[in-house]
Amino acid sequence: MRRELCQALVAQAARPELVFLTGDLGFGALEPLRDALGERFLNAGIAEQNMIGVAAALASEGLEPWTYTIAPFCYARAFEQIRNDVCLHRLPVRMLANGGGYGYGVMGPTHHALEDYGILSTLPGLRILVPAFDSDVGDVVAAAGASPGPVYVRLGRGELPAGCAAPAYAPWRRLRSGRGPVVVAVGPMAGIAWGAFAQDGEAGPEVWAVSELPLALSPPPQAFADALAGRTLCVVEEHVAQGGLGQALAAWCLTSAAALTGFRTVTAAGYPSGTYGSQGFHRRESGLDAEALRGLLA
Amino acid sequence: MARHGQTLRAESRPPGAVATAAPPAPQPGLLAPGLLTLARWRLLAMHRNAEVGHLGGNLSALDAMMLVHHEMLGEADRFVLSKGHAAGALYVTLWSRGLIADAELDTFHGDGTRLPGHPPARGLPGSRFGTGSLGHGLSLAAGLALAARLQRRAGRVFCLTSDGEWQEGSTFEAMIFSAHQRLANLTILIDHNRLQGFGTTGEVASLDPIGRALAGFDVEIREADGHDLAAMRRALAPGIDRPVVVVLHTVKGRGVPAIEGRLDSHYLPLTEAQYLAAILGTPGTTGDEAGPGENA
Repeated sequence: MRRELCQALVAQAARPELVFLTGDLGFGALEPLRDALGERFLNAGIAEQNMIGVAAALASEGLEPWTYTIAPFCYARAFEQIRNDVCLHRLPVRMLANGGGYGYGVMGPTHHALEDYGILSTLPGLRILVPAFDSDVGDVVAAAGASPGPVYVRLGRGELPAGCAAPAYAPWRRLRSGRGPVVVAVGPMAGIAWGAFAQDGEAGPEVWAVSELPLALSPPPQAFADALAGRTLCVVEEHVAQGGLGQALAAWCLTSAAALTGFRTVTAAGYPSGTYGSQGFHRRESGLDAEALRGLLA
Repeated sequence: MARHGQTLRAESRPPGAVATAAPPAPQPGLLAPGLLTLARWRLLAMHRNAEVGHLGGNLSALDAMMLVHHEMLGEADRFVLSKGHAAGALYVTLWSRGLIADAELDTFHGDGTRLPGHPPARGLPGSRFGTGSLGHGLSLAAGLALAARLQRRAGRVFCLTSDGEWQEGSTFEAMIFSAHQRLANLTILIDHNRLQGFGTTGEVASLDPIGRALAGFDVEIREADGHDLAAMRRALAPGIDRPVVVVLHTVKGRGVPAIEGRLDSHYLPLTEAQYLAAILGTPGTTGDEAGPGENA
């Protein structure tokens, strides 16, 4: 999604308030943005805490700062700056976090982001955007830019199933209808789930994509609530169970007295084998792949 | 609200300072020694009233904070209190500028106050950022300085750090950034009182002498007595082409003999006897205020 991100921001580069700070990342992807922004493109170096603090101050002066780094270097390394400098002050800093979930694959666990939106969902007013498809990125950038408060964007790789056309961006989208279980997946996992059941008939699962969190800021639409009656809900996310959408939706279902007949979650299991590999390898170890999902909901 | 009888609220109200919307413009020489003494009294009374400590680092920083706010901080300028535990000194300084009403100082540390133990994130006139966790302020100040440059605005940014705060890695991240970006509109004040929470800076994790430790950065380093107004005025002159770092040699607990230079001044509140002794023998009445020549 980096290419789409760059294109979307280059299109806005003429706006004098836009400032982009990178934590020394973006080689081979962000050069057009650097060229378009000139002095408003800053390589803040390998110093993410400072980058977030600087961005908070820029926002306090009416500028529109966007920060960019690998996801854990943002939410984990600079958590206190996000909490204190950005969120406590409700400042509109847009934090771009590349490599959501196991996105950095065999680069190893230090580069994975398995608990980011769970942790960040605890912060006041922080909007979390997780584009599902590459074609979402432009709309997500627009949504982030229009947001009055802080935003965290979890970037990954779109998983649009072959032969499918991505629907227009929305925080909650029904990707396919069906009378079977309701599957709701976060970000790119929605494409995996969609692909898993794309060939099923009307008796197959209904698949939803969620691209905005937390539920307090982006509650499920009525159509989703209506779809739950008498069915099993299965939440799929490349995130640990704690703090994930599954737990949030379970609480939401209890609160709204949704008449479910079952509730399942498929979440990031960490590193159960103690070995490392591609994003696909880690997803398979967690059951976050099409075959496992079909097995689970058959 | 008052939880203690011995305050100097009525006597210590500075002339004309009743939370006006627009304090007088800063100008050299505006900070009279008498006002400094008044502010110190009010700080002591406020802490005594609230029965809280953290006085040492407030008293070491008060003179510099007052000088910057009264003589240097115009509308285009910014001040960031990175050592948020000196919130009391900030509140009293804002009070002395007419931005906080005298009665509100009595809410310090109380329920429902706008004046907690560290500056709040929102809602306090004259204070842009909530700070308190050390190592944040310099990044915020650097961002303000950068914003001024990007917006083609004049204006200086002052950031007051503690000396122990330089043990935070994030402070060095900010220092590297500020120097690399050549933020000449940024002035970093270091309240070098040499005492931190559980020992001297030299004992705990020494960077002493801190001016020398920072000399490798492409910044201009100056040193001054942090209780000598004339010396600070010289040291706080604008930078030319790089950030300016002013190491302020200060005394923790300055002006209160019972706690001056003492480690326990970091946390412990004054006793009744200490408070009264401090008021009765406070600088300005005993002659240890900066002399007339220094304050000219």
